[in-house]
Amino acid sequence: MILQLENVNKEYIQGKQSVHILHDINLTVEEGEYLAIMGPSGSGKTTLMNLLGCLDVPTNGRYELNGQDISGMSDDALAEIRNQYIGFVFQNFYLLPKMSAVENVALPLLYRGVSLKERRARAEEALKLVGLGERLEFMPNQLSGGQCQRVAIARAIVGEPKLLLADEPTGALDTASGNQIMDIFRQLSQQGITIIMITHEGDIARCADKIYHILDGRLITDSTENVERKEAKSNE
Amino acid sequence: MENIRLAFQGIWGHKMRSVLTMLGIIIGIAAIITIVSTIKGTNEQIKQNLIGSGSNVVSVRLFQDDWEYDFTYNPLPENVRVIDEQTRMKLQELDSVSQVSLYTSYNGGDAVSAGTNMFSGEISGIDRYYMEVYGYIVGYGRSFTASDFENYRKVALVDQKAATALFGLDYPVGKVLEIKGEPFTVVGVVEQNSSFQPTINSYQDYHMYADTSAGRVFIPGSVWPVVFQFDQPQNVAVKANSTDDMTKAGQSVAEFLNQTQIISSTAFNSEETEGNTDTSRGGVTYRSQDLLQQAQQLQEMSSSTNQQLIWIASISLLVGGIGVMNIMLVSVTERTSEIGLKKALGAKKKRIRRQFLTEASVLTSLGGVVGVILGVVLAQVISFYNQIPVAISVPAIVISVVFSMVIGIIFGLLPAMKAANLNPIEALRRE
Repeated sequence: MILQLENVNKEYIQGKQSVHILHDINLTVEEGEYLAIMGPSGSGKTTLMNLLGCLDVPTNGRYELNGQDISGMSDDALAEIRNQYIGFVFQNFYLLPKMSAVENVALPLLYRGVSLKERRARAEEALKLVGLGERLEFMPNQLSGGQCQRVAIARAIVGEPKLLLADEPTGALDTASGNQIMDIFRQLSQQGITIIMITHEGDIARCADKIYHILDGRLITDSTENVERKEAKSNE
Repeated sequence: MENIRLAFQGIWGHKMRSVLTMLGIIIGIAAIITIVSTIKGTNEQIKQNLIGSGSNVVSVRLFQDDWEYDFTYNPLPENVRVIDEQTRMKLQELDSVSQVSLYTSYNGGDAVSAGTNMFSGEISGIDRYYMEVYGYIVGYGRSFTASDFENYRKVALVDQKAATALFGLDYPVGKVLEIKGEPFTVVGVVEQNSSFQPTINSYQDYHMYADTSAGRVFIPGSVWPVVFQFDQPQNVAVKANSTDDMTKAGQSVAEFLNQTQIISSTAFNSEETEGNTDTSRGGVTYRSQDLLQQAQQLQEMSSSTNQQLIWIASISLLVGGIGVMNIMLVSVTERTSEIGLKKALGAKKKRIRRQFLTEASVLTSLGGVVGVILGVVLAQVISFYNQIPVAISVPAIVISVVFSMVIGIIFGLLPAMKAANLNPIEALRRE
């Protein structure tokens, strides 16, 4: 078991109103699982992703990552957890435009205090893994969207995280590039990395081994048939 | 190191903005460097003009109350002893004193003549140490010899001005001049070593020193009584070991002379004024004419006016600092997603804070360096056009650069804190 959410709730105070975004989420993810969380926009999937990624803490409930309870941790402690255990892949890549591909990839290792030489070696290795071994010194604006996302994936896995969190990883890409990204995810999953992917596209979600649905802040089901049925319904 | 490289990258990436941001710092630092350089230059000029660089000579003279005792019309006061050779030797052994010369001077009247030419400069009766103490060197002919002094020879030395006044363009050595009717043979022409000459940079300087340059005639002190009164009081020229010792040397000589050479008036006139509490020896004292002290007073005056200018320049630095803060706040807002990403990847608050502090202080330090260069150039330009000497002060330069760095840290603190405390979720959400 890599992570476990127990009765997790999340509320935000907006003005005088409190908005209840996540309701009693219960989720257990085993090591090496590859799962997708689907939901329409406004369903709370990004909030769930932020919680899972330790970018935020639950209002109440318990979140255990790798055996550590992260609720109530300080900002800096959370930063360290993220750096050690989690790799992020965002819809918009978030590469630093003034750094080359290899420098972008090496960034998480810098925060871990790894020496420059080792940072560079490990970043090159990660880039080779995503098929960009030839473009180490390219700047982000010299790369296509798909290539940028592969750089971002390399950055996410360079620190050998326990958990890879992907938020709409193909959202900004064409189908061909998207498929390439999914192939890489499959490959990583086979190497034993736990992957949680958040998406609203059924095709992409079906690349995962397991699909969860989130609707109005509630995690609904994990059956693949159920997913397909729901999808047919929402397509009507 | 990484941060510094990033900071330069950031500054280079926004050249125009960075230059405008640095402008306040540049102007402030440049103004301060210019002012400090001109103050220092002016002060050094004052000091040089008043004491002559490296001469280290203080003259100790007899004073009546607050005025210099007028030897021209008054004989030596009764209670003042003549300073003899033994006393001179004792003076020479005082702390900080390197050499002592005794001389008498007569200033004014047309006492000196050669044919129909008159000379109205200063006549001095000197001892054998005088030339060395005041740094005179012989241009033509010879200086006084021991036998000139011992044998009361009526010989004279003249400087170039006196020579011209008395003999025109003729070669003066061997000629005869008359002092109060007594004939003296000119044996040499002397000139003062250049380090004793005041620095004349301007018209004002010229006037300030014009009176001392009317020319001089020297005769052996031993012959003095032949021409003037026997009990002519002496001036004491004290050469100090170093410029900084001048005040001390002058004061200790004056004190020694006051104690040994002047008989207290209460003792001298003991039968007369009963209950006279004035122990000031009839108002007559030896005092050192401390040019160093005068120079310091003048320097303080010029410094204090310029200090106010420095305060005004500091306001520019303050405004510059606020400008830096403003730009850094804009920079934080612009780079919100970068900050958010870095935090998501595990950058701690301290690291983000340090990144922005480094950027702010690199920006202001750069401004400081540019300001120093500009200030030095400006000071040179001012010195070129205004004839004010400029002395570049190295401590001022170092302090300026360090200070501008500190400004960056102070005014960068708020933006850096803001960046460090950004919520990564909020930061990533914004695009």
